[in-house]
Amino acid sequence: MRVTVRLFARLRDLAGSGELVRDVQAPATVQTIWTSLVAEFPALADYERSMSVAVNTDYARMNASVSDGDEVAFLPPVSGG
Amino acid sequence: MTVPPVAVTPAPLDLQALVDLVANAGDGAVASFTGIVRDTNLGRRVLHLEYEAYEALALKALHRIVAEAEETWAGTRLAVHHRIGRLEIGEASIVIAAASPHRAHAFAACRYAIERVKQIVPIWKREHFEGGDVWLEGATADPEDQHARESAYKIACA
Repeated sequence: MRVTVRLFARLRDLAGSGELVRDVQAPATVQTIWTSLVAEFPALADYERSMSVAVNTDYARMNASVSDGDEVAFLPPVSGG
Repeated sequence: MTVPPVAVTPAPLDLQALVDLVANAGDGAVASFTGIVRDTNLGRRVLHLEYEAYEALALKALHRIVAEAEETWAGTRLAVHHRIGRLEIGEASIVIAAASPHRAHAFAACRYAIERVKQIVPIWKREHFEGGDVWLEGATADPEDQHARESAYKIACA
């Protein structure tokens, strides 16, 4: 199945792109996507402790399941305001 | 043009439009907050800021914050607009208006909203300073974190 990965702020800079399309094997969770992303971009690894994640523009947990066509976003600590 | 209660926009912000949107005849107070870009941070001379948002989720988070505040302080109505893109020193990055029959609730709801924005809205600022740039990172966003929500409530009511 195919998912769209969205990265923001420093995560985007570290990966060199804010949007990636990746083929992953079902069944998958957000953790599955993250693990393969870190394998591709090891510099992202440190963010696992501090980031938030979202699936289809709703906050989610790392164990949330991911389906074909989903958008999975990884969000560093926020700094709006 | 209709002013939405929450927005994430590259256009300059208009606080008065938010005040006009939330204030009704039964209100005795509108409290407002304007966050502006300052020229120093952590001893660095700031040149400008660059804001980035995950817009779809940021709008949902802003709606959530408005709902939380309106539920906590009955009779209040809020509006929150956040700017994104490049902002110069002195420009407004966020404006909040909170209307209520009484001033205590207006002040509290307004303060609560900005504290919650800093906790759970997926927006980031990159600081461009003399000699470099850095993404600022604050809170790990978790809308379900009741401790964070209570913390915002306590600050609002202090």
